Amino acid sequence: MTGKSLRPGRALAWVAMAVFVVVTVFPFWWMIRTALTPAADIYTDNAGLLPEHPTLINFTRVLGLTTEAEARAAGGSGAHINFAGYLWNSVVYCSLIAAVQTLFCAMAGYAFARLRFPGRDLVFAIVIAALMVPPIFTLLPNFIFVKDLGLMSTMAGMVAPTILMTPFAVFFLRQFFLSLPRDVEEAAILDGNGPWGIFWRIALPMSRGPLITIGLTTTVWAWKDYLWPLLVGRDEENRLVTVALGVFLQQSPNTQPDWTGLMAASTLSVLPVLVLLIFMGKRLVQSLNFTGSK
Amino acid sequence: MSSTKPRDDRRAAWWFLLPVLVGFAVFYGYPAARGVWYSVTDYNMLNTASYVGTENYTKLFADAKFWNSMLVTAWYVVLNIGSQTLLALGVASLMHRLTRSVVLRATLLLPWLVPNVTIGLLWMWLLDTNLGFVNQLLHTFGLGPVGFFTDETWAMPTVAGINTWAYTGYTALLLYAGMLQIPQYLYEGAAIDGAGEWRMFRGITLPLLRPVLALVLVVSMIGSFQIFDTIAVTTKGGPVSATQVIYYFIYQQAFKYFHLGYAAAAAICLALILGVLTAIQMRMLRASRSDLA
Repeated sequence: MTGKSLRPGRALAWVAMAVFVVVTVFPFWWMIRTALTPAADIYTDNAGLLPEHPTLINFTRVLGLTTEAEARAAGGSGAHINFAGYLWNSVVYCSLIAAVQTLFCAMAGYAFARLRFPGRDLVFAIVIAALMVPPIFTLLPNFIFVKDLGLMSTMAGMVAPTILMTPFAVFFLRQFFLSLPRDVEEAAILDGNGPWGIFWRIALPMSRGPLITIGLTTTVWAWKDYLWPLLVGRDEENRLVTVALGVFLQQSPNTQPDWTGLMAASTLSVLPVLVLLIFMGKRLVQSLNFTGSK
Repeated sequence: MSSTKPRDDRRAAWWFLLPVLVGFAVFYGYPAARGVWYSVTDYNMLNTASYVGTENYTKLFADAKFWNSMLVTAWYVVLNIGSQTLLALGVASLMHRLTRSVVLRATLLLPWLVPNVTIGLLWMWLLDTNLGFVNQLLHTFGLGPVGFFTDETWAMPTVAGINTWAYTGYTALLLYAGMLQIPQYLYEGAAIDGAGEWRMFRGITLPLLRPVLALVLVVSMIGSFQIFDTIAVTTKGGPVSATQVIYYFIYQQAFKYFHLGYAAAAAICLALILGVLTAIQMRMLRASRSDLA
């Protein structure tokens, strides 16, 4: 920023940055490139940045759009794969959790921040103490509980542990509601609003930023979920994308894995979050300023 | 403060809290208590659990596999946190001194958005011994091939490296957010005094970033102790038990051998470690908040 002496240094810094970006992005490029390569070519065509004979067959076969014979001819195992269905399941799973959890945690966060009632601080402390409990610890008993309830292999069983709350979301939203100006609230009371009216008409609209932030991060985490959906969502009908990828990998145990199919499926698992990043990139980036340091 | 009588929103408040309290009681409180109970029983999902006292714990502490999984996890945490934090600090400083581009930041965030399962698969392909891009690259330099996942000494560094790749951008952005809070005039003043970039980093950035850096370090450590997905997809704890981390140990005890009581006891040991780390994290959160007030 000052003087000419910094110029070579800055150039070097940009080069370092560029190297880091290439290392970050290149694996994704290679994933898509492989997904567009015919299975028969992966032994011979592995030098160029683009495939020699680009094809969409890997996508159509993992989406379940080809016949089994066609899929097998294109290098698949012939097992039925339906990533369109798994993607849909993942979208339902994420949307349910993000929407419902955000609403409920906002309600609780608001109550802990703005309402006055006996025992408030104690109840809040108890809820926040759950931050100390690692997921693996509640996972085993929750699994048995969901099994006893007869909710195995159902969407209800899959979303059950997280749809109502996470301690972090309550903590995060309470922090925000604490900073709402008091006079707006008092004006609303004078207008005849009760707590629900203030929450719905004033607090929520004023908190769009933090609500979107927590909703987005919840969506991302839900999209990445693996262990719980693996345990509870075992059936084909409610399998999520992440679980399906693991199953797909295991379907070709003895020979070389079906790399072109796997990379097509992997690409599909990235696409929705990529769309999210393109449209909400700025929000997501800003959300780190929120959650990171405060 | 000025109102005549203190407001009491008792009735409304419990309605506001109802869903969260139900969720807390049913899926956090109750299972936590159940977990403690299972850890002193011989429960295996088929029998009714019967009390066995501290048997699970004494067995656990004598179990070489358990201690090995603790050591493997510690090795992973050191490798992963070390490389990730250093790299992230470097990237964040570069960004801080070069650009505020949102596009660049969003690009760095990409790997964090992707499921660990996808990342595992992607790197299995890139690091495949015969056809993988990396081994082909090594071949052109006259090196390799390296069995990244199949060689006992390489497996853990490989997994740690993959997760470093996946999370460095995210960590860098957290650190970058912290750096943005450092007043710009400090750098301007230092520049006038003729300080170079390295001196500014050591004299201004690093000391003022310390609270944020410490918090990010603790949060990443908590995450690292819980590595599972990447290992479940790539190495499955192998070769031999080179990547048998504690999470995978617990998972196998519970869902492969159905030793639920035993798994619960191991989970409590992990919970204790993570509890200490989380307590540190909470104190830091509180500390950083009072700084702002």
